[in-house]
Amino acid sequence: MDHIFNALMMVADPAVLGIILGASVFGLFIGAIPGLSATMATALLVPLTFFMDPLPAIAAIVSAVAMAIFAGDIPGAMLRIPGTPASAAYVDDAYQMTSRGQAERALGIGLVSSVFGGIVGAIILTTCAPYLAEFAFQFSTVEYFWLAVLGLSCSVIISRGSPVKGLIALLIGLFISTIGIDVTAGFPRFTYGSVDLMGGVSFIPAMIGMFAMTEILRFAMAASHDTSSVPKSNSTVYGGQWKMVRENKGNLASGSLIGTVIGILPGAGSDIAAWVAYAVAKKFSRTPEKFGTGHPEGLAAAGAANNASLSGVWIPALVFGIPGDSITAIAIGVLFMKGITPGPMVFVQQADLTYAIFMTFFVANLLLLVLGYFAIRGARFVVRTPAKLLMPVILLFCMVGSFAITNSVFGIAVMLALGIIGFLMEENGFPIAPTILGIVIGPMLEDNFMATMIKSDGSIVGFFDRPVAGTLGAFTVLIWTLPLIMLLVRRLTRQSKVGA
Amino acid sequence: MLRNLLTLGLGITAFAAGTGFMTDAARAEYPERPITWIVPWGAGGGTDATSRMLAGLMEKELGVPVNVVNRDGGSGVVGHSAIANAKPDGYTIGTVTVEITMMHHAGLTALNPTNYTPIGLFNADPAAFHVRADSKFDTLTAFLADAKAEPGKMKSSGTGQGGIWHLAMAGLLSEDGLSPSTVPWVPSKGSAAGLQDLVSGGVDIVACSYPEAASLIAAGKVKPLAVMSEEPLPGLPDLPTVKSETGVDLMVASWRGVAGPAGLPDEAVAKLSSAMEAAYNSDEFTAFMSERGFGKVWLDGPAFGAFMAKADAANGKVMQAAGLVK
Repeated sequence: MDHIFNALMMVADPAVLGIILGASVFGLFIGAIPGLSATMATALLVPLTFFMDPLPAIAAIVSAVAMAIFAGDIPGAMLRIPGTPASAAYVDDAYQMTSRGQAERALGIGLVSSVFGGIVGAIILTTCAPYLAEFAFQFSTVEYFWLAVLGLSCSVIISRGSPVKGLIALLIGLFISTIGIDVTAGFPRFTYGSVDLMGGVSFIPAMIGMFAMTEILRFAMAASHDTSSVPKSNSTVYGGQWKMVRENKGNLASGSLIGTVIGILPGAGSDIAAWVAYAVAKKFSRTPEKFGTGHPEGLAAAGAANNASLSGVWIPALVFGIPGDSITAIAIGVLFMKGITPGPMVFVQQADLTYAIFMTFFVANLLLLVLGYFAIRGARFVVRTPAKLLMPVILLFCMVGSFAITNSVFGIAVMLALGIIGFLMEENGFPIAPTILGIVIGPMLEDNFMATMIKSDGSIVGFFDRPVAGTLGAFTVLIWTLPLIMLLVRRLTRQSKVGA
Repeated sequence: MLRNLLTLGLGITAFAAGTGFMTDAARAEYPERPITWIVPWGAGGGTDATSRMLAGLMEKELGVPVNVVNRDGGSGVVGHSAIANAKPDGYTIGTVTVEITMMHHAGLTALNPTNYTPIGLFNADPAAFHVRADSKFDTLTAFLADAKAEPGKMKSSGTGQGGIWHLAMAGLLSEDGLSPSTVPWVPSKGSAAGLQDLVSGGVDIVACSYPEAASLIAAGKVKPLAVMSEEPLPGLPDLPTVKSETGVDLMVASWRGVAGPAGLPDEAVAKLSSAMEAAYNSDEFTAFMSERGFGKVWLDGPAFGAFMAKADAANGKVMQAAGLVK
């Protein structure tokens, strides 16, 4: 209890709280600009953390990231440009709600579920970090391979319309992910001698192109250019949110848990967490057909998942010094510079500090309730701006964001090329969400498949002969074959009835 | 990134000022505008962290902003090309890593150390070999004996195909008279992913530098067997060297240095070298490197050039023996 009290005193320091507030505003700003991700917010904070004590330094990173991941929803809902990759899963739902004049409600759902997920994640982090870190050590390439396969199975659920077109869209995404030097053979593929293509297609310019560029092209092709891009909004941020929470208890809880667990696994991250939570919510929904048309269920689940994963990712980082994503990689660097070596010993030697770090997760998430409200209110004017003024500005943001991620015009070229591909796909009834999923999961699927094949000397048994892998594998195969088995069982019972 | 935009703005202003008002005035001394520093690896990694630290300290010496830009991807080809292809005016330099002496042997690019003007070497970390903490092997000799008895059974990892740690593993095996396929290499995204696979039981040995494994060693998950250096690492007298343990006289290390494109003006090289040496010798840099566990090694421009040429030949030989040359 002493540790908790000491930690509380450390966090309650006005200087620490002031830094949390400042970093939060900064994080909101970065996250709301498409192309500037939570990772970038962290990288920009690092020079400032040189002058801070360990706790405020980490608190600044924790709060900036939590704010940035929520703020990514804002341009997603307003303009259909996900501000960060973690918002891509539910951007269609949020944007559809905005088109119906419910921008504030959509963002309010995102805000409330972000806070919910963030707090659940923080509770799990505080109470069982060391045990969960051990769990993450059960995962070798085989388990990651099955995880990637499960992730791909989500595409069947998330795509709307024809399953064949969804599959083609997924394959386009997987193809795009094979461009560049592959890790396994060290061989350049589809690069045609271009040095830029050797680095592959960066995910963020690709995402901006597919979502935002397609929207701009569609506007440019449209016959009538109405003065306002979306109808006037008639909803409020917190209105009806209590009802939403009660109706979506299950989605919020499952989203938070999925987010935390995926966050714990190094290399998975908040983008994948959001996709998986969205797919699970749709699978178990009573009204799956409403997903993608501006439905709160998926928003709540995925919004909770991406913020929950932010806590999860700190578990292996603090317990073993293993960065689960680029944000914690930077944060570990900051800890080292402050003379703190992450590892099981931090819970013993630096218990006060560790608990104080955990507490900042709670503070940051509660602060999100307040700051998020003002951010949403502030974003309102975007909706009132005439589309013909707004669209060129969006195009500018798309270009700046794509440039920033690769520091070269190549990023802009990728964004434009994928914008055209995305436009042609949507015009012909192909969903783009599976393509994005393919680009995200493709490298994970391939690298882990190849590594596993090398380890098992090409034997398929290698995919099942470890306990966790075997379970995951059997589960995946069951999900795939269940409809087939059900069909067979039905046929057989019918036949036996006829026979009798 | 915002800083880059700011730099761009400053650059444009400086350019306008230069062309518009100062056409007749004599050229000011180098450097007169911000310098761009290209890092060929991603944000958050060791190359990024050390480069940012060094660039920040050199900024003070040079008196102009030094902006670090990550150009990662393509196993380092993208960023190394960007440095080599930049205008040799001293306003674009970057971090050059050991991969520059390897990628052209692997047929990934035509770039080699002669495409750069060396400014200085600041870091080198020798390869070390690690096993799971509960592994039955306590020495590298015991591991190699088992590997020889059952070729192909045990697997190794630590980085991508043809990466520096792959070279260390393959070099160890071939110098010991074994085929590199005795302990097949499982490519991973980097040392962190390789170590995760080691701890989860996916592979049997990981080659990477000691500092990369340090936190898992402290956590009691991994144990180091030997390190590929002439002398034991400072502060670790009990960790034997590969040479003393197995008799294999091969030193593979990852290293990082600063360089510009070939043909950098002498004035710029002189300014950059002295700024870099001052930054390297500063207390801040020394403290940072020792806290993160990075090995501090200094070579000035000409010596760094000779070092790269030697490493190029040596790595080419090992890659040939390991069958990694295309």
